[in-house]
Amino acid sequence: MKKNYTLKQLERLANTIRQDVIKMLLEAGSGHSAGPLGLADVFTALYFKVLKHNPKKPNWEQRDRLCLSCGHVVPVRYAAMARAGYFPLSELKTLRKLNSRLQGHPSYLDLPGLEHSSGPLGQGSSVAVGKALAAKINGQKHYVFCVCSDGEQQEGQFWEAVMFAGKHQLNNLVFILDRNNIQIDGYTEEVMPLEPLKEKYEAFNWHVLEIDGNNLEQVIDACQYAKTVYEKPTMIIAHTIPGKGVDFMESDFKWHGNPPNEKQARKALHELRTLRGQIVGEHE
Amino acid sequence: MYNSSLLKNLFGKNIKQIPIRNGYGEGLVEAGKKDSNLVVLCADLTDSTRSRGFKDKFPQRFIEVGVAEQNMAGLAAGLALEGKIAFCSSYAVFNPGRNWEQIRISVCYNQANVKIAGHHAGISVGPDGATHQGLEDIALTRCLPNMTVLVPGDYMEAKKATLAAAKFKGPVYLRLAREKTPVFTSLKTNFKIGKAEIFKTGKDITIIACGPLVYEALKAANELEKEKLDAEVINCHTIKPIDKKTIIDSTKKTGKVITIEEHQVHGGLGSAVAEVLSQNNPVPMKIMGMPDKFGESGQPQELLDKYGLNSVQIIKEVKNLLK
Repeated sequence: MKKNYTLKQLERLANTIRQDVIKMLLEAGSGHSAGPLGLADVFTALYFKVLKHNPKKPNWEQRDRLCLSCGHVVPVRYAAMARAGYFPLSELKTLRKLNSRLQGHPSYLDLPGLEHSSGPLGQGSSVAVGKALAAKINGQKHYVFCVCSDGEQQEGQFWEAVMFAGKHQLNNLVFILDRNNIQIDGYTEEVMPLEPLKEKYEAFNWHVLEIDGNNLEQVIDACQYAKTVYEKPTMIIAHTIPGKGVDFMESDFKWHGNPPNEKQARKALHELRTLRGQIVGEHE
Repeated sequence: MYNSSLLKNLFGKNIKQIPIRNGYGEGLVEAGKKDSNLVVLCADLTDSTRSRGFKDKFPQRFIEVGVAEQNMAGLAAGLALEGKIAFCSSYAVFNPGRNWEQIRISVCYNQANVKIAGHHAGISVGPDGATHQGLEDIALTRCLPNMTVLVPGDYMEAKKATLAAAKFKGPVYLRLAREKTPVFTSLKTNFKIGKAEIFKTGKDITIIACGPLVYEALKAANELEKEKLDAEVINCHTIKPIDKKTIIDSTKKTGKVITIEEHQVHGGLGSAVAEVLSQNNPVPMKIMGMPDKFGESGQPQELLDKYGLNSVQIIKEVKNLLK
């Protein structure tokens, strides 16, 4: 499936996906708000511009792999997948419910289109590196993308994976780091400081790009550039605003692991639909 | 009556002694020849885990990960999800010890075709001491859904178990010992995942063992015969899925059971057998193993003797139960 979206269309899509996320979380009654909203632009870029994939053939051998190491942000992935045609939009409201294919954290065996299960931070990074290595062994040409989070950098396993990928110069590997500066207990730099982050990856022999993760064009350009980096894996540090799009959620770490309630969801959806008041006459 | 496939001169002084881990190493090479999709990962223990043979023969399929067992398990899962058969080796204390959570989710929850080889299992590891003696690994692995747990009894069986693991679709844990131990089975001895083998038939008491201690159980049975005590010895190499039928049938016949393993008494073979019997055929039982203690430095046989993991102690426990 290769429809050519304009930037404006992609921005509209990202906004729609944000609304999907709010509705899903409200219906589920639990789940993570900040990360998914912050990453809506990244996932829109991936599913609608960057990835080589076929929603009707989720196991297509030549597809680009999209790994998700920070599994808790999966609601935004589900929304992007539904919008892309992997499964009906109506299935989104089954998030976290009994017998749903849309498990609270991605369950590989339940939903075609996922590359692996995740949730425990740091694990997906090794799996992604393993997949990239497999491609090299098999002489395959696809890319392996992996979305990870900043809090996750505190897990030792993550650096084991980074060290390994640097050694093997896995140039088919592109990590996208959601640098939103928050984690459960507060701001990352207060909980367990990560900076200087760029220099850390460079020290491990990765190529590093830093972008505004809420700017679709920058996300797309960075991903396309990463594909051309020849001697190293690439880490795209994507600075995002947690809760992006909903003003009372933005930059507040308390929204990391909480869903909106009825009232909050209504407010959030209104904001998203009217582009923060830019569109008048929206009726509920 | 001893299983006819066992070594003819079972208790001879010149019985060959080969480390179980050698069987694994040779099994890897043979499995690697059969399937070009087989890859082997190692965490800085290439020689010790006998992965050297595979590395020399198939260097492009050998992956050195350094001292990073958690990454090793994740890499193995990633490779397996892309169609590889991924074996990963380290000492049992680290693999599944250190990377248990990665095995839980990246391997088992994904049903990834990964084989975890836990080396240096048991107290007979010797002088390295407690930190390197894997005594809890059976407990750690058998509680995981989708995991198959194999504990080969000798070098021959280890090779078969490795090949069987390679053929099997899904996560497998292979428990491997360090020291030279008696080779008492032959090529003809049956090995089927999930099937416990009766190595000696008897009617007075059932002795169930796994790993090199199966030989100690046979030695004990041999001595007991001299006192007209007829023990049935079962080689329970598959802890999971455990062969309920063989265990229940045997204990229905004998009415008493002793288990022995180079593992804590909590959570290993003994516990698995107790789970079966308490629910299907409760009989008087004794679980022999490490008595909820860490190991220590010493010579392998010294340590086994100190903690009563030998035929002499088995005989004592048999007589206790038969009182």
